[in-house]
Amino acid sequence: MDKKISVKVCLGTTCFVMGSSNLQELIDTVPAKYGDKVDVVGVPCLGLCSIDWEFSKAPYVKVDDDVIKEATVDKVLKAIDEKLANKK
Amino acid sequence: MAINNPTRETTHLKREILVRLIKSFLSDNFEENTRKIPFDMRPKGCEVPYRCCIYKERAILRDRTIAGLGFAIEESEDSTLLSDMASVAVKRTQPEENPLTVLQTACKGCVPSRIYVTDLCQGCVARPCVNTCKFGAITIKDGKSHIDPSKCKNCGMCVQVCPYQAITKIIVPCENACPVGAIEKDENGMAKIDFDKCISCGKCVNACPFGAVHEKSQIIDVLKHIKAKKEVIAMMAPSIMGQLPCSPEQLKTAIMKLGFSDVYEVAQGADVTTTNEAKEFEERLEAGAEFMTTSCCAGYNELVAKHLPEIKPFQSSTKTPLYYTAEIVKREHRNAVTVFFSPCVAKRREALQNQNVDYVLNYEEVGAWLIALNVQVQTCEEKPFNAEASAEGRNYAVTGGVAGAVQKMLPEDLPCHPVIINGLDKQSIRDLKKYAKNGMCDLGNLIEVMACPGGCLGGNGTVNNYKPALKQLNGYVEKSKSITELSK
Repeated sequence: MDKKISVKVCLGTTCFVMGSSNLQELIDTVPAKYGDKVDVVGVPCLGLCSIDWEFSKAPYVKVDDDVIKEATVDKVLKAIDEKLANKK
Repeated sequence: MAINNPTRETTHLKREILVRLIKSFLSDNFEENTRKIPFDMRPKGCEVPYRCCIYKERAILRDRTIAGLGFAIEESEDSTLLSDMASVAVKRTQPEENPLTVLQTACKGCVPSRIYVTDLCQGCVARPCVNTCKFGAITIKDGKSHIDPSKCKNCGMCVQVCPYQAITKIIVPCENACPVGAIEKDENGMAKIDFDKCISCGKCVNACPFGAVHEKSQIIDVLKHIKAKKEVIAMMAPSIMGQLPCSPEQLKTAIMKLGFSDVYEVAQGADVTTTNEAKEFEERLEAGAEFMTTSCCAGYNELVAKHLPEIKPFQSSTKTPLYYTAEIVKREHRNAVTVFFSPCVAKRREALQNQNVDYVLNYEEVGAWLIALNVQVQTCEEKPFNAEASAEGRNYAVTGGVAGAVQKMLPEDLPCHPVIINGLDKQSIRDLKKYAKNGMCDLGNLIEVMACPGGCLGGNGTVNNYKPALKQLNGYVEKSKSITELSK
């Protein structure tokens, strides 16, 4: 069986205030949509915002090793779909 | 649709500016770094995400920064440098009176609100639009319906009857959202707020898709007092407990890391409100009153003062949770600077009228401050509050919470039937007018009024989405003691 895709939604303070409060729904909707192909978790600060002025690109989500800047629900779902398509 | 203001591009911009402003205040050159904010956000050669060119982007970001500095954008001169405004901001001793300002360069000047016949019109034989219009505004021209704007009253009947859904109502989002007609286009087609009518409910702030309506921030004023090592005390509204991914006790530590010397829960004052309001309700009923409305929502209080004086005799004269909390804080710390952490813009008006409340920050501003200092709330240690507030007081943030708390403190045999006004709009204002006129409300006798749908968790200055915020707050309420237990 293939390795699961891992989705990490940053719920650190910066990401939360800059918009990951919107992404919390992914934690419920992703398992419902993709079943056991995708693992999704909310995680404490990924440390991406503190580098220089990078807070302005928050919120961050990691899909496997790829970092999504200014993440939205749509962007994350698209990234998951692309990963799944490439695996086939 | 989400109840409150989920993060969008416009809120992202506003928050980014606040973080940059705070960082520049804390830097060694506040004025110069403030002047550079628009250039740092849109450096030479960067992509232009929203507007026609980089120059307009920067011009708009400059204007947004003016609101962040706490000034009215309408009154500022285009030729004044942000650095000069920054130095005026630090000398200011009091916040400005009207809490909102409209950024006219971001205001698109939307087409005026009106009824419009689209190309979908089939010029049908039945012509329900012509027949329905009571004002004779619709005629058939060139085989299609045509509306005479001088006769049209914008009633929208034709929109409802057209079998092709060919007629539509064009709305201006801010005008449409305002429950009291306080914001409308001026002669140049740009939105303008009439502060004699404005109740500071903040609905226009949420509604404008261009993010053109701003709160005048008081962040610089608060930062100044912290920098001067004054005793600055935070008073957190109950709704903040659902806003950030941490426990209330962790939040207290986080806020003290910003430089505050102590943190009070406004839920503590809410318990005083509950006790007094229950007593007042009982007295009023005994004196023969048919109903009473609550008085803790600042937006509703402004509505009563400016548009609904007739309901004043039915409104409870009990003070707000903020009032009692600020009184306690000033009693315990006579010389402290008090800062209220607020979910909405309306409380800025209330604070101006209360000398015990010096400043107001909304949750966006508090969040931006935590970002600027890189405080991770989740990893903060827990610090207990000095006073214990009740579950009911902490639940004031949710619609129905105030009436529920009052009901709990009433004698069991007293007939109490709560009516919940969950958000002020044109219809609920008409309802309130009717209750005042008739001297009674057929639905019940304790009317709780919340200007925002969902209560304070739906306020325009909130950070977290409504549902997760509610879940988080509920967790806190559930582990709190009840007011009857605490008052023993």
